[in-house]
Amino acid sequence: MTNIPATGRTPRVQIRLIVIQILVFSLLLTLGGRLWYLQVRNGQEYTDEAKNNHVQQVVQPAVRGAILDARGVPLADNETRLVVTASRTELLKMKDDGKAVLTRLAGVLKLKPQDVIEKIRLCDAKTPKPCWNGSPYQPIPVTDEATTQQALQIRERSEDFPGISADPTAVRRYTSPGKANTSQVLGYLSPVTDGEINKAKDTASPYLRSDQVGRSGLERTYDKELRGQAGVTRYEVDNLGRVIGEADSDKAKAGSNVVTSIDARVQALTEYELDFAMKEARKQYDKLTGMNYKADSGAAIVMEAKTGRIVAMASAPTYDPNAWVGGISAKDYANLTSKNSNYPLLNRAIQGQSAPGSTFKVVSTAAAVEAGYEWDGGYPCTSSYSVGNQVFKNFEGENFGPISLGRALEVSCDTVFYGLADGQWKKDGGINPKKGQPKDYFYKAAHQFGLGKETGIDLPNEVTGRVPDRQWKQRFWKANKDIWCQQGKKNGTYVEQIAYENCLEGNQLREGDSINYSIGQGDTLVTPVQEAMIYGALANGGTEYVPTIGKAIVSADGKSVQEIKPQVKAKLPVSKATLKGMDKALAGVVTSGTAAWKFQGWPQDKIELHAKTGTAEVYGKQTTSWLATYSKDYTVIMTISQAGTGSGASGEAIRNIYSSLYGVQSDGSVNNKKALLPTPQKSLPKIATDGSIDSPKITDYDPNSQKVPLKKTGDQQLAVRVGRRD
Amino acid sequence: MAGFSVSRYAPERGAWSKLTARDSVVRRLDWPLLLSALALSGIGSALVLSATRGRTSLTHGDQYYFLLRHVMNTGIGVALMIGTIWLGHRTLRGAIPILYGLSVLLILAVLSPLGQTVNGAHAWIVIGGGFSLQPSEFTKITIILGMAMILASRVDAGDQDHPDHRTVAKSLGLAAIPIVIVMGMPDLGSVMVMAIIVLGVLLASGASNRWVLGLLSTGVAGAVAIWQLGLLDDYQIARFAAFANPALDPAGVGYNTNQARIAIGSGGLTGTGLFHGSQTTGQFVPEQQTDFVFTVAGEELGFVGAGLILVLLGIVLWRACRIARETTELYGTIVAAGIIAWFAFQAFENIGMTLGIMPVAGLPLPFVSYGGSSMFAVWVAIGLLQSIRVQRPMTA
Repeated sequence: MTNIPATGRTPRVQIRLIVIQILVFSLLLTLGGRLWYLQVRNGQEYTDEAKNNHVQQVVQPAVRGAILDARGVPLADNETRLVVTASRTELLKMKDDGKAVLTRLAGVLKLKPQDVIEKIRLCDAKTPKPCWNGSPYQPIPVTDEATTQQALQIRERSEDFPGISADPTAVRRYTSPGKANTSQVLGYLSPVTDGEINKAKDTASPYLRSDQVGRSGLERTYDKELRGQAGVTRYEVDNLGRVIGEADSDKAKAGSNVVTSIDARVQALTEYELDFAMKEARKQYDKLTGMNYKADSGAAIVMEAKTGRIVAMASAPTYDPNAWVGGISAKDYANLTSKNSNYPLLNRAIQGQSAPGSTFKVVSTAAAVEAGYEWDGGYPCTSSYSVGNQVFKNFEGENFGPISLGRALEVSCDTVFYGLADGQWKKDGGINPKKGQPKDYFYKAAHQFGLGKETGIDLPNEVTGRVPDRQWKQRFWKANKDIWCQQGKKNGTYVEQIAYENCLEGNQLREGDSINYSIGQGDTLVTPVQEAMIYGALANGGTEYVPTIGKAIVSADGKSVQEIKPQVKAKLPVSKATLKGMDKALAGVVTSGTAAWKFQGWPQDKIELHAKTGTAEVYGKQTTSWLATYSKDYTVIMTISQAGTGSGASGEAIRNIYSSLYGVQSDGSVNNKKALLPTPQKSLPKIATDGSIDSPKITDYDPNSQKVPLKKTGDQQLAVRVGRRD
Repeated sequence: MAGFSVSRYAPERGAWSKLTARDSVVRRLDWPLLLSALALSGIGSALVLSATRGRTSLTHGDQYYFLLRHVMNTGIGVALMIGTIWLGHRTLRGAIPILYGLSVLLILAVLSPLGQTVNGAHAWIVIGGGFSLQPSEFTKITIILGMAMILASRVDAGDQDHPDHRTVAKSLGLAAIPIVIVMGMPDLGSVMVMAIIVLGVLLASGASNRWVLGLLSTGVAGAVAIWQLGLLDDYQIARFAAFANPALDPAGVGYNTNQARIAIGSGGLTGTGLFHGSQTTGQFVPEQQTDFVFTVAGEELGFVGAGLILVLLGIVLWRACRIARETTELYGTIVAAGIIAWFAFQAFENIGMTLGIMPVAGLPLPFVSYGGSSMFAVWVAIGLLQSIRVQRPMTA
């Protein structure tokens, strides 16, 4: 025992014991380090994972708000359908996974049991449709067309139908009050996409897979307000998905109602009159093309002149917006988007653009004054205007002699504007403009009037129109010169000659361009809503308002009212005196000018109307008709493609609209009682706290109520006398 | 050699003064060791309650079912410890052959129709009344005692400095019998612990380095052989696969480890509070009152609480190491070292698997996990450690 130290221990054992101790404590340190790593360093990550683990969300859809007209008549609202749903979590608690219950349910609903079972199974990679691709915690709809009888059976015998409920559920409905379709303005809903679901997943208002989203029109612009906020109940669940507690939940908040400035009655009559005018135009023979007018599309707008609020907006061809409800069928969709139907989904009031024709002359008149021409100067209204070997004719070779700007506007004398625009073009240096900025008064005015860009109306996908100024010519030439230069032939066909010219000098503002431009022909494009904005400004003394349809957002309980105020877009670059002169000239159009033949017997002393007609030439097509009018309260615009002259195609329609608005009777008297809307609707409709809306009854528009029996022979004579050329 | 402490023979002393006297058993007990072990079992009670009070399918409707049994098991364990101290490890030395034989018979009984399979390991004996026994827990003790007896006898007698080859071979043979039987159950977790115990015992006995290295290489070779020969069951292979790649099949084999890690990770620094862990109340972690009890601490008590368990285990192991070093007889040293190897490895494996640094094996966390057999065995081991300390020759 000589080697044994005081502890009775050999050094070997002692050393090994220390080794063991070191090993033991390194194991413990390893655990401690790992624990710190998981809990402190990466704790948050695991906390999130734990949350995902045990919290399941059930979303209750919010009721979509209604779209109302100015007096509270619903244009789009919801109808209640009885939806039968099955709760998977409840069914799975049963011994046979709810088979017996579902079979009974199928009996009540008169469906095959297999169909019901398939509807509520969960989708996965191996399951063919039908299947449920939403949350398994969500009640799964079995049918949305249950009858009251069926719903009652299910509810009264709830012990026979555990996990099944039959509840009234809101489904979108477009009511078309008084046959006012308002299709393109209202727009439509379509199911939410995967991308949108993912995007909104973690926001305060997540989408349900069954949700509908506004895709067009007001439904899209005001989607956020209309949609409301889906309710979310978060359940804590255990590892088997059993609910062990309710975490926080947010109640569903019904969407707000959007009150519009649309008046359903005016809308209905505008739609009718546009359609009627187009039908009438198709009966007219077009001498130029040797066939009847096609009148293939059109648009009409009634706008409050002093606010920019839209009272009616119609676009033709149109469609039934209810086609979208409950999912559009493939056939309907193909039909709505085909060339044969001429794209009825387009809202031509904001998405249709064409050359403005003579309605553009108000811009040219303002430009001329701006450029320094005297209002009362004598400008020669000759029968033609020649530039080099090119001859620009006045309509039907008319010759009024030297006339004022006002008179030129009134009789729509082309040659006066040719001369003015040509003079300016020459002043600016002609084809090779002077160093420094050319003045370009005529083009500047168009921009100042708001052309070439969106008006900013509260509808999606408005188009800009076009002002063919120097910058545009340059851009357009750059984009197209290769094709032009390839196709162009000096002595080829008309198209080839144009291409040849364009190839050489398409980037330059040519003399002929400016001359054509001054009377609204050529490359200029405007939309009906731009016209409405411009003529509205002429009516109200020079202020352009952003056209708006939304008037107020009113919460579902009517308590919160958020008014959408009229918004000034621009002031016309026109002096008061000039405005007055133009106003007088445009009134003259109605009394003795190009529109007079359609407004015979109009009580102009009581309700002063102003108008400008326009007929725009379109290469290869019949002329586009324009009629822009205004009273002191309203601006009414109508345009019909391939329908001849403005007054000829739309004169009666617009007269009928005014007659209805103001209650003008066929004998020329004004009956305020029969007037639909002698002054614009100011007050908002009342919405009660229970969500009910106080709205007046609507009767269908009777087109015969306002019709003025025109004396045929007199009309024809007048038309010949003033020259129907617009 | 005296079988009992000096004080037990001291005449004319009252029971109280016997207990409080300077040289009394109570005074000589290793209190940090005892209190730490008690604290671990106490924390274990709370964790077991939290893990089981919602599991109605297991508790038969009584949410304190597992808590009561855990406390009862702890009580029986402490009683067994007192009994072990009272008998003393030296007295037990005489009974080792009998105890060893009994434990071998018990594990053989598991392989008989009396045995029951739980989680793939055929390691239980049902003894009726809702009680069952896991004999391999006691085999850990008898292997330690048996090997210590053989290895220390000639050294403690002063015949040798270190056990000779024959003695070492004999002791290994003694350990091999139960290990092979347990391997056949198959209870791989227990086999690993026993192998580590054998290693610890050999190290502390002073057996030559060749034996230690030989054992290590046998272990490695054995593991490779088991893998290559396909002796593992599918569930065991799956556990290793899940360990190597936790993202593999998170709904299947990786589920346990994944959920365990989420539970622990989500606890953060201070935890969600007892009874407030969503992973625990939602029963996302299987076997949470037994093998995965540490996840409850991790989630509900956080780094602070889980760290406390590590610290308490550290104190137990530190005191055990002191006892191993301070006793003068090799027998006591070997027993203590065997217990250290057992506790240290089993705790490391158990906690390590919940933290994702060790593969899943069905081993309880000493003192903390619910389970009678394990609880009794670890408290007997505490009794042995205390006895070694109390009875160590007073060298100073």
